[in-house]
Amino acid sequence: MSTATVTRATRASRIAMIIAALALIVLALAPWWAGRADLRLMGEIFLYLSLACLWNLMAGYAGLVSVGQQAFVGFGGYMLFALTIFGGLHPIAAILLAGVLAAALSVPVAALIFRLKGAYFAIGTWVVAEVFRLTFAQISALGGGSGTSLPVGIVKSLADGRSAREALSYWLALGAAVTVMACVYLFLRSRRGLALTAIRDSETAAAGLGIDIWRTKLEVYVVTSAFTAVIGGLLFLQKLRISPDAAFSVNDWTAFVIFIVVIGGIGTLEGPIIGTLLFFLLRETLADFGTIYLMVLGAVAIVIMLKAPKGVWGLVRDRYDLELFPLSYRVNTQNKGN
Amino acid sequence: MIEWVNAVVQGVLLGGLYALFAAGLSLIFGVMRLVNIAHGDLIILAAYLGLSTTVMLGIHPFVALLIVMPAMAGIGYILQRGLLNQTLGPDILPPLLVTFGLSVILQNALLEGYTADPQKLNAGAIETASLSAGGLTIGVLPLLTFAMAIAVIATLQWVFYATALGRGFRAVSDNQDIAQLMGLNKAHVFGLAMALALAVTAIAGILLGVRTSFDPAIGGGRLIFGFEAVIIGGLGNIWGTLAGGVILGVAQTVGAKIDPGWQVLAGHVAFLIVLAVRPNGLFPRVEH
Amino acid sequence: MSDPVLTLSGLDAHYGDFQALYGIDMDVHAGEVIAIIGANGAGKTTLMRSISGLLGNGAAQVRFKGQPIGALRADQVAYAGIALVPEGRQLFPSLSVEENLKLGGTVGRAGPWGLDAVYDLFPVLAERRAQPSTSLSGGQQQMVAIGRALMSNPDLILFDEISLGLAPVIIKSIYDALPGIVGDGMTAMIVEQDITKALAVSSRVYCLQEGRVSLTGRVEDITRDQITAAYFGVAP
Repeated sequence: MSTATVTRATRASRIAMIIAALALIVLALAPWWAGRADLRLMGEIFLYLSLACLWNLMAGYAGLVSVGQQAFVGFGGYMLFALTIFGGLHPIAAILLAGVLAAALSVPVAALIFRLKGAYFAIGTWVVAEVFRLTFAQISALGGGSGTSLPVGIVKSLADGRSAREALSYWLALGAAVTVMACVYLFLRSRRGLALTAIRDSETAAAGLGIDIWRTKLEVYVVTSAFTAVIGGLLFLQKLRISPDAAFSVNDWTAFVIFIVVIGGIGTLEGPIIGTLLFFLLRETLADFGTIYLMVLGAVAIVIMLKAPKGVWGLVRDRYDLELFPLSYRVNTQNKGN
Repeated sequence: MIEWVNAVVQGVLLGGLYALFAAGLSLIFGVMRLVNIAHGDLIILAAYLGLSTTVMLGIHPFVALLIVMPAMAGIGYILQRGLLNQTLGPDILPPLLVTFGLSVILQNALLEGYTADPQKLNAGAIETASLSAGGLTIGVLPLLTFAMAIAVIATLQWVFYATALGRGFRAVSDNQDIAQLMGLNKAHVFGLAMALALAVTAIAGILLGVRTSFDPAIGGGRLIFGFEAVIIGGLGNIWGTLAGGVILGVAQTVGAKIDPGWQVLAGHVAFLIVLAVRPNGLFPRVEH
Repeated sequence: MSDPVLTLSGLDAHYGDFQALYGIDMDVHAGEVIAIIGANGAGKTTLMRSISGLLGNGAAQVRFKGQPIGALRADQVAYAGIALVPEGRQLFPSLSVEENLKLGGTVGRAGPWGLDAVYDLFPVLAERRAQPSTSLSGGQQQMVAIGRALMSNPDLILFDEISLGLAPVIIKSIYDALPGIVGDGMTAMIVEQDITKALAVSSRVYCLQEGRVSLTGRVEDITRDQITAAYFGVAP
């Protein structure tokens, strides 16, 4: 007789979890084994990984293709500066509060731009980012168009000594990446996450099942905005200097993130990890070529979108039937002897 | 008082330029439901082609249109058939991300070829010529730009509703399969639509380059202005797009009159207000 | 007998993983009117889509006037001389009646059909030439769809579900017009639910069942019982 069992976990995914746990321990110890420059690079990698996971959740799962996430990166960055300088908050508290404020702000923003469909939604998000940029450029207390630096006193309040500060900054980035990935993963496994997948697969069918599409998309948008602002705060805690052009850069915070996700594999959880690693590998080897590097990146993204729309991870997965983050259900049929 | 009237008049004329940014975008969306994120960068590409042509041949920018328009049309046809046709389908991600990638490539290619230094097209005396009427001074160039916008939109309207080409555009837009049955190759029709859109973009790029200085990074902003004009005017209504451009232009010049830093912001705010109050735009297409 | 105008040999058709037609063989000779009958889902519309090029097939599975056309695109098939009156009319809503007809003339093949000839056949369309095609009644829309297909002066015209959703009196007037269309040597295939109507204007019939030809023959040689059996798949 044969029995079928339905599982999510696979052998590969269990092994991946064990490796991930070990890797996490090694990474957490990085301040003791990595040099200053490497630590900084790894911190940046984790923050980009977080941005990529968040954008992937919106575009790859919720069908909200935004080219304006720099709005919330920049907002988070500016809130870090404003809340510490004028509010006297501790930087970490300021960054967390920036997330809450971004969530609150994203609701009216969503109410407006959710009126735009598909690709027009994308450009709408860009307009919002431009509004943010131009608005912050008008605030002279924050340096107007030329920006401002984080006062030394606030930087020192973070931790004693430069290496301690750098270690803390690194841990915050690592913690943020782990938190974002865990949240996205758990969310996608939840009832709401399943609803999201249903929306992606067919909006009409999902509506027929009684899933409130607008609400689910709104939730994703709000949560993503909050996290993006937190990441933005952490990015500018590393940089210690902010200006409207840097804070709301469409290239730095959206183009690169989109390329990471598309190259790694949009609509997969593993894609952003692969994409981030490839992106930084390319950047560290080709960055001297500047504009050529960006053109190559754009061309690679176009080719992948046309020839392998599920990205590098999609190619790997189709070939080896791998899933490191067990999201899909699998039916295992076992033939038992009599 | 007269200053405010002047600001409004300047805004109206500026709106002509924005309508030109928007017309190509609107045409492409109407025929194939494609939103081209690289549209702004293509406008800037046209401006640079104009620059090279005027410098190399020593001709006036308006004469350069005779070369830049067919060049852009050719680029459009090749781009559509070689790349963009493959992205069209029920999924919105491929066209969006491919044109986004294209935008980054174009921007950096222009940076590589022309550096980041701002450039300008030199149109000679016409740049400073002006007419005076009732205390208002109106530049000949903005006036010419506005007249050009009206001419372009009237021509597009005529092509769409009075020629076999336009009939093909509308038929393919209605039902691609049935249009194909009638002997229209949609890949070719889409190529022609993009060629026409980029020919308009050539006009927009040259007029932009004569009016202000430009550099490779400003494409995104032009895309946004064009997009705002389309949405304010109402999707699918090409005269509405002109009205949308005018509203955007007036919002910007009046905003700048209040505070020079508010020019672009005021335009965005006007767009967001329209989106909040009339999400389908002020003049949405009336269905038959 | 002369060479057939249209030859299907072992025609298979697929929608993704689903196979809709299995090895259809068919010969159609110049001037013939062929009825294609069968229940819903038998593959009639798929057959029309395959012949007209909307569905791609192996090149040699469809031959038209000796040329393999199975792998051509629909617009190339139209230039070769095949026109389809699609199921549900499918006029272009953005186009007026006359624009719909003119669009049908895109391929510009020489022949008797033009705007005037279509207006002679369906005078009501001449009165409504400037109206949006969507403002017409169902029967008038069917007239536009037929006229639009005729405008290309095809050698072979395919009618898919010509009477579906129309009032009986309209169906009658459209069938009354058919001899005027196919009388002057045009070859035609008619997909029809109403078997009596289809057989009345046809010389031969093919019955499809679950993607296969279940019966074929000259109309006068076939009994109603045979058709019933072939149609529903029950033994006679």
